[in-house]
Amino acid sequence: MASLVPCPNCGRRPKEEFTIKGAALSRPGADADSENWFDYVYLRDNPRGAYEEYWHHTSGCRRWLVVMRDTLTHEVAACRDATDGSRSERRK
Amino acid sequence: MRYSALSILLNGLRGNRNWTPAWRQPDPKPHYDVIIVGGGGHGLATAYYLAKEFGVTNVAVLEKNYVGSGNVGRNTTIIRSNYLLPGNNPFYELSMQLWEGLEQDFNFNAMVSQRGVLNLYHSDAQRDAYTRRGNAMRLHGVDAELLDRAAVRRMLPFLDFDNARFPIQGGLLQRRGGTVRHDAVAWGYARGADSRGVDIIQNCEVTGIRREDGRVTGVETSRGFIGCGKLALAAAGNSSKVAELAGLRLPIESHVLQAFVSEGLKPFIDGVVTFGAGHFYVSQSDKGGLVFGGDLDGYNSYAQRGNLATVEHVAEAGKAMIPALSRVRVLRSWGGIMDMSMDGSPIIDRTPIDNLYLNAGWCYGGFKATPASGFCFAHLLARGAPQKTAAAFRLDRFERGYLLDEKGQGAQPNLH
Repeated sequence: MASLVPCPNCGRRPKEEFTIKGAALSRPGADADSENWFDYVYLRDNPRGAYEEYWHHTSGCRRWLVVMRDTLTHEVAACRDATDGSRSERRK
Repeated sequence: MRYSALSILLNGLRGNRNWTPAWRQPDPKPHYDVIIVGGGGHGLATAYYLAKEFGVTNVAVLEKNYVGSGNVGRNTTIIRSNYLLPGNNPFYELSMQLWEGLEQDFNFNAMVSQRGVLNLYHSDAQRDAYTRRGNAMRLHGVDAELLDRAAVRRMLPFLDFDNARFPIQGGLLQRRGGTVRHDAVAWGYARGADSRGVDIIQNCEVTGIRREDGRVTGVETSRGFIGCGKLALAAAGNSSKVAELAGLRLPIESHVLQAFVSEGLKPFIDGVVTFGAGHFYVSQSDKGGLVFGGDLDGYNSYAQRGNLATVEHVAEAGKAMIPALSRVRVLRSWGGIMDMSMDGSPIIDRTPIDNLYLNAGWCYGGFKATPASGFCFAHLLARGAPQKTAAAFRLDRFERGYLLDEKGQGAQPNLH
């Protein structure tokens, strides 16, 4: 894995500065049924390849980021602030 | 061939020319009653107990690589049954009891060594938590001893007892815990299953799962179609990929866990010791190398190799516990892919798809569970009902709200 993560705010920073939350999923609406919530909380696509994760730049800008990585090669393809643009909607 | 002291002597006198391979290399038959996907510890143990305990011998184990190439050869070889929750503890104790009789049972030297597992505590709160855990273990009939600081010092005088931040106040000891030669576990189960008629088919990757009227009828593989009655998945870190072939999404993420071995040292650490103020566990192999590990790298991975940041973190935790480690050189490090479930506990269950059974979600506790996992999965496959100690490991427990969260972390796989 690239040891440097391209933070959009701080530039290329060592990955020790980051805390990893996990899969970047779209949160269901408050009125969603329990099936949707179960899917969101517990089920994962767990792909072998491209993946989006929430990382927190704990020792840097302290912003939540979306890191696009490859789970097989560990290459980081892109990294953006979590509030920028809409996330890829992979859920119903 | 049955292995014994006499067989070693006689074969030695004949120049060791008459040993035969421990298992066959059969071509796949067109149809099996049970196909097990994954020739690791759990898959091979399942095949072994199916044949030996439940009389189901028309069984194939399909392994995409070679036997023992996955996590059964990548772990830190620790066995223990020091679990807290009622849904977990009896299962891991069954596993411990199976370990205790394993070598006689499958006639193979797995070097089962009950050298003790000691979990250190560093604060009053942690002592209370370990007291509770120890009491829970004893209520389930498992051995547990709470040691004070002096007793730990007598056992392991070289620990950093007066560490400024994490002084060692004592430990919870399970004397029946210990280590097992991990490769020999795979080989012993493979040999035992093979000799009872199970076909172990290596270099055979499952590429598709065929279904007719919703029922599984066989698998497409790199060696052609193979029909089956029941299909049993025991694919560890690749569970999600294999389940996806049947259109199933699992409450599992795949993460990388690293392990390390040092240069060979003279006898230094008798048992297994774990650090209570960070994630670090160490034992010394019979060859003299220190075998140790720590936490997950933290991100989803299928790579079987980790990152230097975690290596540094593990080394720091180790050195905080045993200062003398600072001068030990590391020989090797490697990574394995853990099937991290959403509550940190495993799944041994049927799935919503007919004839499809799942054994997964072992997080990084799979090795110690190998015998009981195989036994209980075989029980489920043969009898159609869960073995009583594995009854809590249901696939639908997440949906029903019956989580088995030993660590209390919630649905956050990289923290379990």
